[in-house]
Amino acid sequence: MIGQLDFSFLTEYWPALVRGVAWTLVMTFCSVVPGAFLGILCALARVYGSRATERVAAAYVEIIRNTPSLIQAFWLFFGLASLGVRLSPFVAAVIALSINFGAYVGEIIRAGLVATPRGQIEAADCLGLTALQRITAIELPQAIERMLPSLVGQSVLMMLSTSIMYQISAEELTGVAWYIQSFTFRSFEVYLVVAVLYIAITVFLRASLTGAGFVAFTRLRRLRIPL
Amino acid sequence: MLGLTTQQAAFILQGAGWTILLSLLGFIGGCLVGIPLTLGLTAKTAAARSLSSLFINTVQGIPLPILMFAVYFGAGATGYNPPTLIAAGLAMTIYSAVFLAEIWKGCVRAVPKTQWEAAEGLAFSRFDIWWLIILPQAVQIATPPTIGFFVQMVKNTSYAVVLAFAELTYSARAVNNTNNEPFLIFTIAGVIYFLICYPLSNLSKRLERAVAIKGRT
Amino acid sequence: MTAIVEFNDVHKQFGSLEVLKGISISIEEGSVVSLLGRSGSGKSTALRCINGLERINSGSLAVCGRELSKMDFDLRALRQDVGIVFQSYNLFPHLTVQQNVMLALTRVRKFSKQQAASVAESVLGRVGLSDKLASYPQQLSGGQQQRVAIARSLAMQPRVLLLDEVTSALDPELTGEVLRVIESLARERMTMVLVTHEIGFARKIANQVVFMHQGKVWESGAASILSNPGTRELKQFVESEL
Repeated sequence: MIGQLDFSFLTEYWPALVRGVAWTLVMTFCSVVPGAFLGILCALARVYGSRATERVAAAYVEIIRNTPSLIQAFWLFFGLASLGVRLSPFVAAVIALSINFGAYVGEIIRAGLVATPRGQIEAADCLGLTALQRITAIELPQAIERMLPSLVGQSVLMMLSTSIMYQISAEELTGVAWYIQSFTFRSFEVYLVVAVLYIAITVFLRASLTGAGFVAFTRLRRLRIPL
Repeated sequence: MLGLTTQQAAFILQGAGWTILLSLLGFIGGCLVGIPLTLGLTAKTAAARSLSSLFINTVQGIPLPILMFAVYFGAGATGYNPPTLIAAGLAMTIYSAVFLAEIWKGCVRAVPKTQWEAAEGLAFSRFDIWWLIILPQAVQIATPPTIGFFVQMVKNTSYAVVLAFAELTYSARAVNNTNNEPFLIFTIAGVIYFLICYPLSNLSKRLERAVAIKGRT
Repeated sequence: MTAIVEFNDVHKQFGSLEVLKGISISIEEGSVVSLLGRSGSGKSTALRCINGLERINSGSLAVCGRELSKMDFDLRALRQDVGIVFQSYNLFPHLTVQQNVMLALTRVRKFSKQQAASVAESVLGRVGLSDKLASYPQQLSGGQQQRVAIARSLAMQPRVLLLDEVTSALDPELTGEVLRVIESLARERMTMVLVTHEIGFARKIANQVVFMHQGKVWESGAASILSNPGTRELKQFVESEL
């Protein structure tokens, strides 16, 4: 069977594959940033918010984490379309992915915040810092640094979930694969190549996010603390 | 009822049934395949550990839809056209096996080393150590995250739309194509997923707290 | 001279447990007061009331002109006047030594970055750590970390410095460097309240010793009461600690 595999489609379709990889990466990075911000806000709401804010944030997290991301994307894309709001599929995908990512990041950072040693909170308060100053200068930086491996892992999972966004016509690698195999009928070979490409993207993403973590967190870099 | 015809409501509920079936198929299959993988990860020989690790890292770098396509068309390349349920189920088996193996490896490692030492000191056979001492404790530690992973499985069945398998998400979209009430229909689908997943998530969290308390003794 | 810290019949409860049962202590500006006692005597609680970490239930507590029994004083302003050093140092591990000292100067005192950096440098020099400005807390010994903690509080130029068992978490050979710093502060007439187990040190630098027992001020006076205890409990305490 191996001898019957035909990869000749690559010569004609490699630009499309490259485009697919690029779109996947762009979609991922465009979703990671707003998603991370949303996650930080969500974590702060759950740890320091009023009871009402905490309940809203908790409801957001539970709804997102207990429903599939595809349903969330369909709800957003087709729902808004039915109201006459026509978002581009890419924008809709990014919004849906950001909202989804934000819920997971919120839980991760909440765990990081709650692990702040009590003594540091007391020390910060006794130096006269306001709660906001203490949270931004002392608690959040440490929480993010503490949870960096989880955050990187969650980002990789989010990148992998971009693969379903072609279902709302957003352009990314899996959609490109579907397109190529529908023309060439070498379906297995196409998906084999795309699987390898995704593995490469995973490796690249993990390395670049870990690297960004080392750049941002001077202490890890200076003291050579492994992630 | 709720703006849907009885036929449409039945179709969606049928999709929910297929979702549950596929989740169980993928999960149970994953548990079975996950056991040898876990043994590989915790093996004494470095070769077994590296091989298992390599396999797991490779599969974890592939999105589930691609895995489903690869299984479906891979089988097709050998001349056998599997029903989409089997292809999706097989892909989910492989996918969940690697994640479960990682979770379980962590849980085996979480059993204190002193338990191993005590058992070896009492001259138990390797099989007995596993079966009587380590496994019962590891299973207790592993139960909450395993239930948590089952919730992921239920959500992951939605990826089977790519094989046109009529699970809940596919059915909901099909009904929406005729009805065009996306907020209503996808909310209903979302609620059904939520009703399955949320109680299980909660159970997992409660068990985790119980295990943590027990571990402090 | 007016007292800069004055407890007057102060009571404090944690739930149903009464920890301070009517204590009265008067601390003059420029003096060093040592609070001694067994665990559970209430000495740490009394200390923590002075900068508002604990609230008193009844009685009066005046600190730097503010009456703490009322709820209407500015806590942040109080804490700029009253510094505290903790037993477990509580340095911020993600910041360098210099950044640890600079943080409150820039955020609370609104110093510019250069101003804060030079103040930090000079105060770290006072505690003997000029060469560790760019180090992280994990790279320092316990004694060095505690000196950074003292510098961090000193940089804010407090009128009163609280020291809560600051050498108890240190290995014996490291306590000396911290005690020397505290001694130099005493020479410069910094008002300090020390909760400590180091009876020898208390005898050396304290102007006033307050021995607490079961939530009450059991005996107080000049440092000489440690050599000549008036009560049986203080006698037993001194003997057990030496």
